Amino acid sequence: MAGILVYSEVRDGRLKKTSREVIAIAQKLAGSVGGDVAAVAVDAPYNTEVHTAALEAAIKERQPSVVLFPGTSNGRDLAPRIAARLNVGVASDVDRLEWVDGKLRARRPVYSGKAFATVDVTATPAIATCRPNAFPADEAAADPQVVTLPAPALEPKAKVVETRTPETGELMISEADIIVSGGRGLKEASNFSYIRDLAHAIGGAVGASRATVDAGWIDHQHQVGQTGRVVTPNLYIAAGISGAIQHLAGMSSSKHIVAINKDPEAPIFRVADLGVVGDLFQILPALTEEVKKAKTH
Amino acid sequence: MNSVVCISHVPDTEARIKPAGKGIDEAGLKFIVSPYDEYALEEAIRIKEAKGGDVTVVTFGPDRAAQALRECLARGATKAMHIKGDPGAADSLGIAKVLAAALKSIPHDLVFFGKQGVGTDNALVGPMVAELLGYPQVNVVTHMEVGDGSLTAHREIEGAEEVIESSQPAVITAQKGLNEPRYSSLKGIMAAKKIPIDTKSLADLGLEESDVFNQRVVFVSIELPPEKSGGRKIDGADPAAAAKEIVKFIREEAKAL
Ligand SMILES: Cc1cc2nc3c(=O)[nH]c(=O)nc-3n(C[C@H](O)[C@H](O)[C@H](O)COP(=O)(O)OP(=O)(O)OC[C@H]3O[C@@H](n4cnc5c(N)ncnc54)[C@H](O)[C@@H]3O)c2cc1C
Ligand SMILES: Nc1ncnc2c1ncn2[C@@H]1O[C@H](COP(=O)(O)O)[C@@H](O)[C@H]1O
Repeated sequence: MAGILVYSEVRDGRLKKTSREVIAIAQKLAGSVGGDVAAVAVDAPYNTEVHTAALEAAIKERQPSVVLFPGTSNGRDLAPRIAARLNVGVASDVDRLEWVDGKLRARRPVYSGKAFATVDVTATPAIATCRPNAFPADEAAADPQVVTLPAPALEPKAKVVETRTPETGELMISEADIIVSGGRGLKEASNFSYIRDLAHAIGGAVGASRATVDAGWIDHQHQVGQTGRVVTPNLYIAAGISGAIQHLAGMSSSKHIVAINKDPEAPIFRVADLGVVGDLFQILPALTEEVKKAKTH
Repeated sequence: MNSVVCISHVPDTEARIKPAGKGIDEAGLKFIVSPYDEYALEEAIRIKEAKGGDVTVVTFGPDRAAQALRECLARGATKAMHIKGDPGAADSLGIAKVLAAALKSIPHDLVFFGKQGVGTDNALVGPMVAELLGYPQVNVVTHMEVGDGSLTAHREIEGAEEVIESSQPAVITAQKGLNEPRYSSLKGIMAAKKIPIDTKSLADLGLEESDVFNQRVVFVSIELPPEKSGGRKIDGADPAAAAKEIVKFIREEAKAL
């Protein structure tokens, strides 16, 4: 019983950033947990049943103390399945991990980030899924070695028959370092161009409040908040968003927050590091220009 | 076609959270059907309306959770089971074991969950039940169609959508966008009053308390995030000057340019 197993995902021949983040925290923990870090990837496209079986075999063989997953769609699909098979517990979506008295101690946001719960995962192996962007990965470092797990021959009951990519070229908010979000202050769907232009200039993803999603101005994939995505980018820029509690729940743990709103009393200013009281239709174009200038210097 | 929908009863999303003991102070909080469970319920009701059969709502919860079942019956569920107990004292696998045991006594082709319980934010119970029963799972579903003994469901992943074909029985976890949940009507509320809630104890389901409340995940503490002091506020009357100020912040503090 030793070491840490990391379920990793490879895209276009490289480890995904979320997987590198998990490997980085695993390497930090390894000293106290004891044993090595083994990053494993299954040699087959994602399928719940196939990947569960492949990973189960690797866990039985290596007997790790801890198994970590990236908190991606697939990581979060797989971790509970593996845990139920092994009769152990999972801490999901964790943003802090420690090894305390021989146990994995994890902190995780609950009530959409309105509070943080700390739990000990006591059964062995201890399983956790790691929130994207919560654990810094060394961007420059070479990819760690990944052990390829053979895919067992089994006929899954559920199969992917097609993958559809609706909005090509757009960065997804869940993994983005920078998010530019728009709210009802944009007045109409076509004005999302103000948000897109800035997002494009700065290299960020487009986010949205629920009001704009419900109005049909933008797809639900972009919604930030309690019933959208909970995000923790390095920089979150909110324009024309009032800052309802359900929106704040999804973004208030962002590392740096800029808010642009014409109402000085808007609740969004309570979480903003930099608040700009003004008209987004004037400030966003000026900001986009300024960003472009900064990028060329 | 029979469906079971697993419902959790959670604090209203507007609620101010006050840590207390091993969780939060429930005094004065309003409880609701967890928002994603509403999409799950709506889908099951639509399938029943198209194909017949029962929609049984199941919850493992304290006395107050009966209200959630009543609300679901008023919207169109046809049967309800209330397993009494404190899910807060169990871990997700404990809850999944309770629900899996309950499912053994309810005929079903499909089992619905919310993609995550609002509050716990775990997204664990659905796939754990699928594993315990040996069923396939499709998580974070935004669209589905059911056939005879099969189904097609769209699963939301990062930046894309997978179309998944599965056999039945299967576990589905519902995402926003799957449908537009209906409200309960007065007629529905009256009709729901006539439907008895099947109340069970853990022992009735043949469960060992020690397994349900086995501490695979042990609570240590709960705390509020540090209060953001609210940063600097500047006047944006001069857009060019404001833009310069923002870029300075992005450069020097966020180090993002
Ligand atoms: C169960 C539940 C779940 C929810 N989940 C979410 C969620 O996940 N995410 C979410 O975002 N919301 C969610 N909501 C909705 C939330 O309560 C708010 O209704 C929503 O966030 C408001 O969106 P908004 O800020 O874009 O719109 P508004 O509240 O209408 O705010 C618009 C803002 O734009 C400003 N403005 C207007 N014109 C300009 C201008 N020219 N320049 C600058 N500023 C301008 C106004 O001052 C105002 O502050 C949820 C609600 C419920 C009940
Ligand atoms: N105590 C419970 N009783 C019935 N269903 C539950 C319970 N807890 C969770 N669920 C179901 O499991 C889903 C996921 O919950 P969670 O894993 O806690 O995020 C919820 O949306 C419900 O459908």
